Amino acid sequence: MARAISPRKKLMWTALAWGFGLLIFFPILWTFLTSFKAESTAISDPPVWFFFDWTVQNYHDVLERSNYPLALMNSIIIAVGSTLLGIVIAVPAAWAMAFVPGDRTKDVLLWMLSTKMLPAVGVLYPLVLIAKYFGVMDSRLLLVVVLMLINLPIIVWMLYTYFREIPGEILEASRMDGASLKNEILYVLTPMALPGIASTILLNVILAWNEAFWTILLTTVDAAPLTKFIASFSAPEGLFYAKLSAASIMAIAPILIMGWFSQKQLVRGLTFGAVK
Amino acid sequence: MGRITLEKVQKKFGEVEVIPPLDLTIEDGEFVVFVGPSGCGKSTLLRLIAGLEDVTGGEIRIDGQPATNLPPAKRGLAMVFQSYALYPHMSVRKNIAFPLKMANMPVEEQNRRIETAAKALNLTDYLDRRPGQLSGGQRQRVAIGRAIVREPSAFLFDEPLSNLDAALRVGMRLEISELHKKLETTMIYVTHDQVEAMTMADKIVVLRAGHIEQVGTPLELYHTPRNLFVAGFIGSPKMNIIGGETAARHDAMHIGIRPEHMDIVESGGSFVGKVGVAEHLGSDTFFHVHLAEMDEPMTVRATGEVGLRYGDTIHLTPQADKIHRFDKKGLRIA
Repeated sequence: MARAISPRKKLMWTALAWGFGLLIFFPILWTFLTSFKAESTAISDPPVWFFFDWTVQNYHDVLERSNYPLALMNSIIIAVGSTLLGIVIAVPAAWAMAFVPGDRTKDVLLWMLSTKMLPAVGVLYPLVLIAKYFGVMDSRLLLVVVLMLINLPIIVWMLYTYFREIPGEILEASRMDGASLKNEILYVLTPMALPGIASTILLNVILAWNEAFWTILLTTVDAAPLTKFIASFSAPEGLFYAKLSAASIMAIAPILIMGWFSQKQLVRGLTFGAVK
Repeated sequence: MGRITLEKVQKKFGEVEVIPPLDLTIEDGEFVVFVGPSGCGKSTLLRLIAGLEDVTGGEIRIDGQPATNLPPAKRGLAMVFQSYALYPHMSVRKNIAFPLKMANMPVEEQNRRIETAAKALNLTDYLDRRPGQLSGGQRQRVAIGRAIVREPSAFLFDEPLSNLDAALRVGMRLEISELHKKLETTMIYVTHDQVEAMTMADKIVVLRAGHIEQVGTPLELYHTPRNLFVAGFIGSPKMNIIGGETAARHDAMHIGIRPEHMDIVESGGSFVGKVGVAEHLGSDTFFHVHLAEMDEPMTVRATGEVGLRYGDTIHLTPQADKIHRFDKKGLRIA
């Protein structure tokens, strides 16, 4: 039986939920508004909300002063590249752990997750030294590999959880039906795991896109993605809030739009294993 | 053809020996049922034959050819799983076609076989549906359809009816028996339900803890159980097992009397007890009778209605030629 809720209570809760929603969304809204203000309006006190002279000058300036297309391209390559490389490595690992687990599979999974609890800065020096030794500092390859390694435990865990939901008997049935290992993976496993693989890809593209620690520290110009692009508008020439906001909006817009269109998959990805 | 021989087949999971070395021959065209309580190794034995598990030792032969190390796909056997194990992302047609597609069969021949199987199993109207849109019984039929189109040398059934409700189960039991009569192909059927075993099998293999306790036709097991375990497992309701002095009078450690072989007499019977709970089935009545010499109530079958009530005194006499005698080791005394 559904619980009875009085209209007044419903109204109250709805208002409260909207209030929280707006609170969380506010920084993005403010950044968006600021990006269309003149620098002087951007720092005015009291702040101006909607009634100012809207200008796209900041976007012009940002595009003129730095190489946005390169940063965007770098972000796409690093985010997509590290995710796909991660999937290629994680799929066999997750398959093995889900369908032919050994005595220590649980331990391996926990150990992998424990690496995520390590402060990243702890491996910064060794990593920089290794990168320098191989001469790959400030390269897309380095970022693809590093971000892949950073997110690999999450990719393996997510895939493992999805694969676990696939009943082993169905795979055995395909074996009885004469499917080779290749056909079993191609015709039975992959189609059944596709929603899971898709949400894993989406979530990890977002994680890699937003990753700022490694991308800022390991790049200078050539491989600098959008995170570095935003950062470059904060420090050296003093603070220019309007331009910084314009740069931020340009950096988050692509991933925001992608997230909007794939909400359904994402929610499933974030609540994986919660509901069968 | 589908003659399957097991020679000294053994299975260990780590240190645990699930199936000690075991010999068994399944003749071509036979309907063999593996029956036993849960955990007796019957499903493992079936999976060893299927090739889904590797044997630890011994030989499996199919039609005389060594099959011990063949992958499941190469053994020419088809299996129906307890969970049906249909491919949820494929239509019924594609599910049934899958083994044919894997065998690279020409499409016309595939379609011909699918139509024939669908017709035989009443699935023609459902060929374009997904398994998720079907009822339990229909899913079971699809699983059977997927097995028969390949024309395998033997069918393996792993508790195929345990997910169905009681009424459907009886119907499907008949359909599978019917199918066996029509195809005359070897079938190996695993169940924990002795009623399924008794009604369907040509030959029953009773298993306990990986050991074969007895192999025989349903009636052989019923009339001459080799030991106490088989005696208690086959037959419904269970055989009454009586020990102590009563058994000693028959020169045995234990005697067994089936509920249907116990006659109710007016007076002076071998056993005198108090009537407990009675189960009225219309055609039969099962009385649970409390005896002084037994801890557990004795079950007695009476035909039709008998005017006995709870707490009444009852006199019982077993049919002399239907008393089973067992020795100290629980083995049958001939």
